[in-house]
Amino acid sequence: MDKIPILHLGNFLLVTIQVDMHDRLALTLQDDLTTQVVSHRARGVLIDISALDIVDSFIGRMLANIASMSRILDAETVVVGMQPSVAITLVELGLSLPGIRTALNVDRGMKLLQDTQASEVPTLGSREIT
Amino acid sequence: MSVSIVADIIERHEEEVLADWVRRQKESLGNRRDLSDAELLADSRNLLSVLRETSFTGADADINRPEWAKARDLLGELSRRRAMQGFSPSQTATFVFSLKQPLFDRIFQIGNDSKLAERIWSVTTLLDKLGLYTTEAFQKTREALISRQQQEMLELSTPVVELWQGVLAVPLIGTLDSNRTQVVMQNLLEAIVAKGAGIAIIDITGVPTVDTLVAQHLLKTVAAARLMGAECIISGIRPQIAQTIIHLGVDLGNVITKATLADAFLVALRKLRLSITNA
Repeated sequence: MDKIPILHLGNFLLVTIQVDMHDRLALTLQDDLTTQVVSHRARGVLIDISALDIVDSFIGRMLANIASMSRILDAETVVVGMQPSVAITLVELGLSLPGIRTALNVDRGMKLLQDTQASEVPTLGSREIT
Repeated sequence: MSVSIVADIIERHEEEVLADWVRRQKESLGNRRDLSDAELLADSRNLLSVLRETSFTGADADINRPEWAKARDLLGELSRRRAMQGFSPSQTATFVFSLKQPLFDRIFQIGNDSKLAERIWSVTTLLDKLGLYTTEAFQKTREALISRQQQEMLELSTPVVELWQGVLAVPLIGTLDSNRTQVVMQNLLEAIVAKGAGIAIIDITGVPTVDTLVAQHLLKTVAAARLMGAECIISGIRPQIAQTIIHLGVDLGNVITKATLADAFLVALRKLRLSITNA
């Protein structure tokens, strides 16, 4: 069974979806991603869907689910590179994905995550652990 | 039913019929100055000769048959020309209908015998059909004109302009229906990708009314742009429109709204960490 690779980049995970998403693949991705967020202590997840031409309501909901799950695990999700036609379809389906952050491309998405991390206020009395 | 009677009449009395016909056309057209006498005369003479030629072959009054192709072409071309010149449909159809009286006069001269009714009937059927054909051609030209203008309006009214690197603006002009929203949305999203823009300003100064449907269309556009990773600002909200939006109970959600395009542009610059200073 094919699998979608999850790349580990510093504190972040990068998922590039390059094949047509069918339902089982989507569920596997959800499973793998949550496991990896925990095992790598990732603070952010970038999902690049620039190669995706077609989405349906299931994929839309799956993206929203991944975002919610990652947030519980303290990782911010950014969906990047959505095609115009995909954006229009999702909006027409009534799925405007309110919980998800978006960016134009991977570069901007990475910057967004870094900015978010930098602006997080360190907790009182925190100290570098070396 | 053969209309060879028309060929007979034109053959024998061409100049009289023509003169009579042109006089009647001028009467019914009144004081239209944009159609020259020469043009009117030429059109009339052409049609008469085509009528004579075609009816001479013994064709019947069914103008959809190939024998009448020449007459149809002539009338079609004439109607198109007059439609462009701004004639009314009845003025255009009168061109054909005013030929009735001159022809009838000649038919009466032939004699009041038992065939009179039959002759008049065949001529009147033919001219009615030709007249209706003229009106139809006229209508088609007008419709083509209207649909072309609609298309042009659609293209003209949805430009996407780049105000600054990474800042796009869409000045919307005219009423937003779902058709236009689709075009605006597509243009905007494609421009966002092409220019790599992070902020899009939708200016609705030129939108005359905002009802729930228009607001919904706007929100859809904003949502789609957000999905692509661009933030939208809605600007150009006039006092009247602000009142309508609230009276209708439309919730614009957490979309940034500004009264003027200038304000929206300032917000965009601030988001890009840019500022304007005096030189």
